[in-house]
Amino acid sequence: MGLQRKDLLTIAALTADEIQLILTTAESLKEVGGRDIKKVPALRGKTVVNLFFEPSTRTRTSFELAAKRLSADVINFSPSTSSMVKGETLVDTARNIEAMQADIIVLRHSSPGAAENLARSVRSSVINAGDGWHEHPTQALLDVFTIKEKKGRVAGLLVVIVGDIAHSRVAHSNILALTKLGAEVRVVAPPTMIPLALEHFGVTVFYHLDEALIGADVIIMLRLQRERLGKALLPSIREYANLYCLTPERLKLAKADAIVMHPGPLNRGVEIAPSVADSAAAVILDQVTNGVSVRMALMYLLSGSGERSTLNE
Amino acid sequence: MTKKTAQHPTSSHLLCIQGGIVIDPGHVNGRADVLIQDGSIIEVGFPLTNPLCQDSSVTILEANGWIVAPGLVDLHCHLREPGFEYKETIATGAASAVAGGFTTICCMPNTQPVNDNAAITKFMLAKGQEAGKARVFPIGAITRKSEGEELADIGELVEAGCVAISDDGRPVMNSLVMRRALEYAKAFGIPVVDHCEDLHLTDGGCMNEGMVSTELGMPGIPDASEEVMVARNLALAALTGVHVHLAHLSTARSVELVRHAKGQGLPVSAEVCPHHFSITEEAVRCYNSNAKMNPPLRTDEDVQALKQGLVDGTIDVIATDHAPHALQEKQLEFDTAPFGIVGFETALPLTLRLVHEGVLSLEQAIDKLTRSPAQLFHLPVGSLQPGTHADIVVFDPNEEWVVDPTQFFSKSWNTPFGGWTVKGKVKMTLVEGKIVYDAR
Repeated sequence: MGLQRKDLLTIAALTADEIQLILTTAESLKEVGGRDIKKVPALRGKTVVNLFFEPSTRTRTSFELAAKRLSADVINFSPSTSSMVKGETLVDTARNIEAMQADIIVLRHSSPGAAENLARSVRSSVINAGDGWHEHPTQALLDVFTIKEKKGRVAGLLVVIVGDIAHSRVAHSNILALTKLGAEVRVVAPPTMIPLALEHFGVTVFYHLDEALIGADVIIMLRLQRERLGKALLPSIREYANLYCLTPERLKLAKADAIVMHPGPLNRGVEIAPSVADSAAAVILDQVTNGVSVRMALMYLLSGSGERSTLNE
Repeated sequence: MTKKTAQHPTSSHLLCIQGGIVIDPGHVNGRADVLIQDGSIIEVGFPLTNPLCQDSSVTILEANGWIVAPGLVDLHCHLREPGFEYKETIATGAASAVAGGFTTICCMPNTQPVNDNAAITKFMLAKGQEAGKARVFPIGAITRKSEGEELADIGELVEAGCVAISDDGRPVMNSLVMRRALEYAKAFGIPVVDHCEDLHLTDGGCMNEGMVSTELGMPGIPDASEEVMVARNLALAALTGVHVHLAHLSTARSVELVRHAKGQGLPVSAEVCPHHFSITEEAVRCYNSNAKMNPPLRTDEDVQALKQGLVDGTIDVIATDHAPHALQEKQLEFDTAPFGIVGFETALPLTLRLVHEGVLSLEQAIDKLTRSPAQLFHLPVGSLQPGTHADIVVFDPNEEWVVDPTQFFSKSWNTPFGGWTVKGKVKMTLVEGKIVYDAR
């Protein structure tokens, strides 16, 4: 069965079953990346446009690779946000792209809700590759895929998310995905980085890393955005590192087989000690590998190919 | 039907609005006719006793049992001229006002250039005259260019015709400057109007900070952003003894602060906008930029507190904060679109919802839109007492209609109420005895 929706905009809108379908599909597609010829014809003749209004190399490359492994034609389009300020709305830009008959538009934009607005005004499928502080659904999907791969399940695991929750779309999407799949979620950050009303999202809030890590199965470290420093959210990077850096000593508080994740790029020595990032517990590069599989799965499911058996042609 | 029993033909112009229910807050509430001579009201009553009502030249306007009230008075609007004529002009704004039943509108100084000098004030007054719709009273800037640093030439502004001062939209952050503005305004007997917002606390926020902003990933504006400045202004009103008028309150705690201050006898008044007591932050959920305004839509708890504030008199007036923006501006993404919605043509039916819900009596509701605002800004309008200007609105409080922004007289369509079925339709608006809007 395919995914019965035109777009993938948020984790909030997905059911647990839909998430499972995406994960299962990603599992079967992961094998493609291990082949000598890393390509299947599932999206042959389809056009995927990567529309990135914010600079991003990793996510864009991952989407590009995913589309190419499915044999789609890929265009990368990175208008500067300043041209938007000059009057062209996002919808105008996207309609232009749609007029070129794009089947899937992958959008990254600094405005929350940008993907939702876009999806309303074009017929193409839209995949949200990050909208402001709102959501980054494919990151959450690749994270739960990685957790499931390493731990065999998601339900019942204790997952600790550490860092700037208030300004992180990764944290937001992960909280939604993990709770939908039955994990217990703790978030840890200085109170300045915890958004209002977070308790309504079914998570437990901690301010001290050592307390939160006890018994953790999975630790997701968020990148500290240095531009937050001028906003009185933090005294200094030094203090943040003292209080919230995942060190080998702190890692011992978690379960012995705990895994450590990070959406990248890493601030070594700030939120994560190099020795932890390079340890066997870290699955950061698996996340990158799995990102391609998950994005392949999404494009495959959204392109309406779910019903056909083009996968193993 | 013109009266046949002519006596002496008179050269003056006579008008009689008959068959309506007159609500002139504090004076008349019931079946009455209104006799108007040369733009002034000469009698309100039933039956009329002034012999002129028998004059053959009387033009009769049938009110068919509708409500006849003083023309509505808006203490807070943005007419965008000079500088932003693509959003609205004084002429289109004034036409929109009378279509909504407003006969007097006070326009904020955040034009380009800012209304911080007599030339701009006089330009606005002249444009208002030329439009010949609602009376336009400019509000001058508190500080030069509304930059919050040096005081504007407030004496000159008042002399030219400004009825109040405000740096609306760019609130005075420096409390010393605000103190001096209040002290200085004392000499001219005008109120100082503040848009209460601590811009540091707002920090780029674009909707109410709370559960919905967290869900939507939208930068939030905390309640405290407003409340901190409400509290500051109350303290300054106590210090200076000068009338501070607090614009568009949106939070429950603001209402509580003002209630307490009024209890202590401080010279303070407050307004609320129809959108703040009609809808909540939930309206933002689909990233509807027409639900983006400042202060933002808050929670249901705040809505209830605002209603209570209206009922017990903590909130004196209902003002529109009519803030037109062009379609292309509101088509931007929610966080980059400008703040503000148009309000003239929906304010009366939204206020009447409070009457239909039983929150306010019809007379209380009309009072908040007429007598009360006129008194606060010392405007010679807002009443139907003999001798006053015949500025009148006639409306059917029960007629239902569907809000269609494309039919607005305003140049702009930015409203979250498009498609709403509302109750209460303006039938006729008169300014100085002249029909300036007619939808009979």
